[in-house]
Amino acid sequence: MSLDPLPLCLLFSSALFCLGLIGALARSNTILVLLGIELMLNAANLNFIAFWRYGPVTSPATGVMFVIFSIAVAAAEAAVGLALIIAVYRHQKNIRLQEANRLKG
Amino acid sequence: MSLSAQYLWVIPALPLVAAAIGALTPRSGRSLVAGAAIVALALSFFISCAALSTALANPAAHLTHNFTWFELGNDTVRLGWLLDPLTAFMCTMVTFVGTLIFIFSLGYMHEDENFKQFFCFLSLFAAAMLGLLVANSLLLLFICWELVGLASYLLIGFWFHKPSAAAAAKKAFITTRIGDLGFLLGLLWLYDSAGSLLLYDNGNGVLEATALGALGSAATVCGLSVASAIGLLLFCGAVGKSGQFPLHVWLPDAMEGPTPVSALIHAATMVAAGVFLMARVYPLLTPDALQVIAIIGAITALLGATIAVAQYDLKRILAFSTVSQLGYMMLAIGVGAPSAAIFHLLTHAFFKALLFLGAGSVIHAAHHEQDIRQLGGLSVKMKLTFATFAIGTMALVGVPLFFSGFWSKEAILHAAHATAGSHFPFYAALVGVVLTAFYNTRLIAETFFGHGRSHAAEHAHENSAVMTTPLVILAFFAIALGFLGTPVYPWLQARLSGETAVHGHSLLDGVGLLVLSSGLVALGIGAGFALYGRTLRLRTKATAPDPLAIAAPRTHAFLGDRLKFDELYAATFGVVNTFLATASDWFDRSVWGGIVHFLALLGEFSGTVNREADEQGLNAGFDATSEKLRASGQAYSRAQTGDAHGYLRFLAVGFVVLALVAILGGGA
Amino acid sequence: MNTLPLLSLVVFTPWIGAAVLALLRGTSPATTRALTLAFSLSTLALSGLLLTQFDPNSLSPQFVERHTWISALNVHYHLGLDGLSLLLVLLTGLITPAALLASWSFLSPSPPLSVSPSADPRLFGSLFLLLQGAALGVFLALDFFHWFLFWELSLVPAFFLIKLWGGPGAPRAAYQFVVYTIGGSAFMLVGFAALFVAAGTLDFTQLAQLGRDGTLAAKLPGGAHEVVFLGVLLGFAVKVPLWPFHTWLPATYAEAPTGASMFLTGVMSKMGVYGFLRILWPIFPVPLHNAAPWLIALALGGVVFGAFAAMKQTDLKRMVAYSSINHLSYCLLALFAVSYATGRNVATGPAASAALSGTLLQMFNHGLSAAALFACVGVLQTRKAHALSRSSGTGVPPVGLHDFGGVRTAAPIFAGLCGLSLFSSLGLPGLNGFVGEFLIFRGVFGLHPAAAAIATLGLLATALFLLTFWQRVFHGPRAGVTATAFSDLNSIELATLLPLVALMAVFGLFPGLLTGLFNPLITSWADHLTLP
Repeated sequence: MSLDPLPLCLLFSSALFCLGLIGALARSNTILVLLGIELMLNAANLNFIAFWRYGPVTSPATGVMFVIFSIAVAAAEAAVGLALIIAVYRHQKNIRLQEANRLKG
Repeated sequence: MSLSAQYLWVIPALPLVAAAIGALTPRSGRSLVAGAAIVALALSFFISCAALSTALANPAAHLTHNFTWFELGNDTVRLGWLLDPLTAFMCTMVTFVGTLIFIFSLGYMHEDENFKQFFCFLSLFAAAMLGLLVANSLLLLFICWELVGLASYLLIGFWFHKPSAAAAAKKAFITTRIGDLGFLLGLLWLYDSAGSLLLYDNGNGVLEATALGALGSAATVCGLSVASAIGLLLFCGAVGKSGQFPLHVWLPDAMEGPTPVSALIHAATMVAAGVFLMARVYPLLTPDALQVIAIIGAITALLGATIAVAQYDLKRILAFSTVSQLGYMMLAIGVGAPSAAIFHLLTHAFFKALLFLGAGSVIHAAHHEQDIRQLGGLSVKMKLTFATFAIGTMALVGVPLFFSGFWSKEAILHAAHATAGSHFPFYAALVGVVLTAFYNTRLIAETFFGHGRSHAAEHAHENSAVMTTPLVILAFFAIALGFLGTPVYPWLQARLSGETAVHGHSLLDGVGLLVLSSGLVALGIGAGFALYGRTLRLRTKATAPDPLAIAAPRTHAFLGDRLKFDELYAATFGVVNTFLATASDWFDRSVWGGIVHFLALLGEFSGTVNREADEQGLNAGFDATSEKLRASGQAYSRAQTGDAHGYLRFLAVGFVVLALVAILGGGA
Repeated sequence: MNTLPLLSLVVFTPWIGAAVLALLRGTSPATTRALTLAFSLSTLALSGLLLTQFDPNSLSPQFVERHTWISALNVHYHLGLDGLSLLLVLLTGLITPAALLASWSFLSPSPPLSVSPSADPRLFGSLFLLLQGAALGVFLALDFFHWFLFWELSLVPAFFLIKLWGGPGAPRAAYQFVVYTIGGSAFMLVGFAALFVAAGTLDFTQLAQLGRDGTLAAKLPGGAHEVVFLGVLLGFAVKVPLWPFHTWLPATYAEAPTGASMFLTGVMSKMGVYGFLRILWPIFPVPLHNAAPWLIALALGGVVFGAFAAMKQTDLKRMVAYSSINHLSYCLLALFAVSYATGRNVATGPAASAALSGTLLQMFNHGLSAAALFACVGVLQTRKAHALSRSSGTGVPPVGLHDFGGVRTAAPIFAGLCGLSLFSSLGLPGLNGFVGEFLIFRGVFGLHPAAAAIATLGLLATALFLLTFWQRVFHGPRAGVTATAFSDLNSIELATLLPLVALMAVFGLFPGLLTGLFNPLITSWADHLTLP
C-alpha cells in the first residue's frame, strides 16, 4: 500500500486534536486548558492546509489564507483569555477552573 | 357784580375743598374743620349772590359753559355748568340756609366725638348739592344726585353705632336708588334718542327746540309716547329723592340722623332736589307725564298730612309734613306751574329748616327727648325758640297774608284750580290744607303748652346764641320771602319763567280761593284747638292717651303705623327679594352645582370602570404570560452551571457523536 | 423703532424672577420678599416705558415681535400690544404687587397664620411670579400656540397657591377650579385644532381676517363652524365665568389665600373677557351674532342671579366672589349686545362704542375694586385669626358676615378705605366703577333696551348686599371679633389698599386717562360692525 500523504496528515491532526481535548478536559489549571484548546485549534488549521495541498481542487492560496486568519484570531483569543485568567487570579488568588463558576445563571 | 358761567364750578368746589380738609385733618382739628366748612359755604353764598345778580340781569338767558370729560368713539362725553334764574335762586337758598345750619350745628353737635367728621360730611353734601344745581348735563346732575345720596346715607347713619340709624341709612339709600334706577333708564333713553345729555348747548341741548321736536315726533311705545316715557322715568328719580308716594317710606326713618342733618338735607335741600329736577327738565314733560306727576303729588300731599296727624315723634311729624309739602310742589309741577313749585320750594326750605332747627333746639334742651307726649309747657322756658317755631308753623300752615307759606301755597292752589287736567289734585290740596293746620296746631299745643310731662321737659332751658341766632334769621325770611311772589307782584315767578316784566293783578281777582283757603286753615286750627288745646290742662302725665286716639282708636292706630306701608313692602317686595336671593343661592348650590357634581361623579364612575377593566382583564392576561416566560427562563438558566469543564465535556461528547455520525453515515 | 424686545421682557421678567428665587437657596426672607416685589413691579415699570412709546391712534398691534418657531405647524412666536392689551398689562402690573403685599405674612420668616406644610416664602414668591408671567403672556400673545401655553400654564401656580396656602376647604376647591377650567379649555383646544386644519394658521390676526370675510365659515361647512364656535365659547365661558358655568368660582375665591383671590379676580377673570374680545368675537362674528340672544340671557342671569345669590351669602369672601360674577357679566352683556345689534338696521355706532368702552373700563375698574375688596376681607380675616389665636387654635378662619360689628369705631382708616372700595363696586359716581357701568348701560340700552332694563335689577341688588356687608361689619355697636382689641391698618396693609383706592378716585374723576388709550381702537371696532 502506498502511503498517501493526505490520510497521514489527517491522522496526525486527529491525534493532535485528541491530545488537545484530553488536555483541556483533564487539567484544572486554566492556562493548561487554554493550551489544550490551542492544540485543538491547530489541529483544525493542519486540516485546512492538508485539504488545500492534497485535495482535488488546488486553487491558489485559499487554505493558507484561512489559516493565517485563524492564527490571528487565535492570538487575539489567547490574549483575551490570558487577560481573563489574570483577572480571575486577582479575584480568587488561584486559577483553578473549577472554582471560577460564579458567573453561572 | 356779574359772574361768567365758566367760573360757576367755584360754588360747589369751595365746600368740596372744605370736605377734603375735613377728611385729611386729624380728629383733634375740630375747630379748623368746622371753620373751613362754614367759611367755604359762606363764600359760596356770596358767589351765588353774584350768580343771582348775573342771572337776573337777563332772566331768559341760559348761560352755559361746556367742556369735554372724555372721548367716546367719534363723540365726546361733555359736561357743563349752567346759570339761569332757577340755578341761581336754588344756589343762593342752599348756601344761605346751609350756612345757618352749619352754624347751628356748632352748638348742637358740640359734644359729639365725631364732630370733625360731621362737618366733613356736611361739606361733602353741600358740594354735591351745589354741583347738582349748577350742572348743565343730566349726566353731571345724575353724578351729583348720587353723591348727594351718599352724603345723605353717611349723615343719616352718622350715629352708626345705633343699629336703627344704620338700618335707616341703608333703607334711605336703597329706596332712593330704586327711583334712581328709573332716572338712569330715563337718562339712557334720552341719551340714546337725543345723542347728548347737555341741557343747553347752543341749540343742540336736550331742552332746546331741536331735540324736543325730534323727541315729540318719535314713535310711541305701548301707547305711551317716547317723550312721556322718558319724562316719567326721570320722575321716578324725583319720586325716590323727594319722598313721593310710593317711595316716601325712607324719609321719616331718615330722622335717625342728627337734627341739623334733618333740617338741611331732609327738609330744606336734598329732598327738594326731585322738585328741582322736574322743574329743570320741565320742557321735556308731556301732558301725559304731567298728569301722572300731578296725581302722585296730590296723593303724597294728602298721605303725608294724614299720617302726620297720629305721630308722636316731633321730628317724624315734621318729616311727614315735609313729605306732604313736597307733594304740593310736585303737584304744582304737574299742573304746569313750575315757578309756583320753586316758589314753594324756596319758602318751604326756610320755614322747614326753621322748624327743624327749632325742633333741634327743643331736643337739645330736653336732653334728646323728642316724643311730644314727654314734652309740654316749653313756651315759657324757651321763649325765643317758641316764638320762631310758631312763626315757622304759621308759615307751614299758611296763615293768611303775613307768612311766606301762605303765598306760595296760594300760587299752587291757583295753578291747580286753573289746570285743564283733572281737578283731583286741587281738591286733594284743599283737604291737605285742613289737615296741615290741624296737625300743626296739635304739635304746637303738645310741645309748648300745658304741663311739662316729663323730667326733661320741666328742666329744659333756652339754648346758647349760636343756636338761636340762626332761628331768628330764618324766622325773618319765613315771613319776608312770601312777599317776593304775591299775586299782586309775582316777581319771583316772573324771573323764574324768564320774564323781565312782572304782571301782577289785584288780590280781588282770585279772592274766592283766597278766602276759601283761609277758611280751611281756620277750620284746621279750630279743630286742632278743640281736640288738643282744651284738654291740655287735664293731661299732666306722658301716659295720658291722645284725644284723637280716644275719639277714633282704630283709625288713629292705623295712621300711627303709617298706614302700614312698611309692613306692606316687607310683605311684598321684601318677600320677593328674599325669595329671589334664596332661589338664586339654592339654584347655584343645587342645580348648577349639582350638574357639575353629577358630571364629576360620572367622570369618577367611568374612571372606576376603566380601572377595574384594566386590573381584572388586561393586566391579568399580561401578568400570566409574563409569569410563564419568566419561569421558562429560570429553567434554562439552570443549565448555566459556570463549570467550564462541564461545557468542554459537552463539547467532547458532541464531537464524538458528530464523528460517529460521519463515520457510520459515510459507511452507509 | 426700538430694537429692544420690550414685550418679551414684559412677559419673561417675572419668570426670570421666579427662576432666580428658585435657584437662590438660603436667602433671608427679607431678601426673598424684596426680590419678589421688585420682579413683580417690573411689569409696572415696563408698562410705564410702553406708555411713553405707545401710539393710541395706531390701530394695529405695536411693539410686534414675530419669529418663526415651528415652521412645520406654521407656528410663530408672535407678540403684539394694542390698547386692549396695554390696559390689561397695566392692570396686571398694578394688581400683582398689591396682591403680594396682601400676602406679606406668607412671605414672612415665621408666618403667624400659615399652617401649610410648605411655609416657604421662596415657593410662594416664585409661584406668584410664574402666575404673573403667564397672565401677561396671555394678554400679549397673538398666536394661539403659545397663547394657549400661557393660558394653561397659569393654572399650575394658581393651583398650588390655592391648595397650599388656602383655607380648610382649599384642596377640594383647587381641584375643582383646575379640573373645571381645564375641562373648558379642552373643548377650546379641540376647536382650535379644527380651525388649524381648516385654515392652516393659528395666528389671531390672520384668523380674524378669515373670520371677518367669511372664509372660515366656508372652510368649515355643515355645522362644523358652529361646533367649533361652541367649543371655544365653552373655554372662555368657564374662565370668565359666564352664568351658569360659574359654580367653581365662589368656592375657589373663598378658599384661596387673600393675595391669590385678588389676583384671580383682578387679573385671571379678565383673561376670559379678553378671550371673548380678542378671539371669539373677531374670529366667529356670525355664530356669536346668532347665539347673541341666548348669550344675552345668560349674561343677564349672571347680572341678576349673581347679585341676588350674593345677598344670601354669609361668608364675606363668597359674597365678594358673587359680586365678581355680577360685575363681569356686565362686560359680557355689553359685548353680546354689540354682537346682537351687528348687522341689524340700526344706527349702532355711538351705542356700540359706548358699550365696548364700557366693557374695557369695567374690566379695569372691576380689577381694582374687587382686588381692593378682597384685600379688605383679608384684613378682616387677619384680625379674626388674631382674635382666635388668643383664645384657641390658629389657622385661616372663614370670615362671616356676623363675626364683626362696629369696625368703623375701632378702625376708622380701614373703614374709610373699605367703604370707598364698596361704593366703587356698587357704582357710585365719582369713583371708577360708575363710568364703566354707565357706558355699558348707555350702550346696551341703545342696542337692546330690554336687557338694559332687566340689568338695572342687578344694580339694585348689588347696592343691597354691599350695603348689608357695610352695615353688618362696620356699623352698629362693637361686637364679635371687634368687641376686643381691633387694630387699624398697619403700614403694609395701608400700602396694599391706599394705591388701589387712590386710583379708584383718579380714574373715577378722569376716565379719559384710560379711554384715551383705547378710544381709537374702540372707534374702529364700532365703525366696522358688519357681518360677512
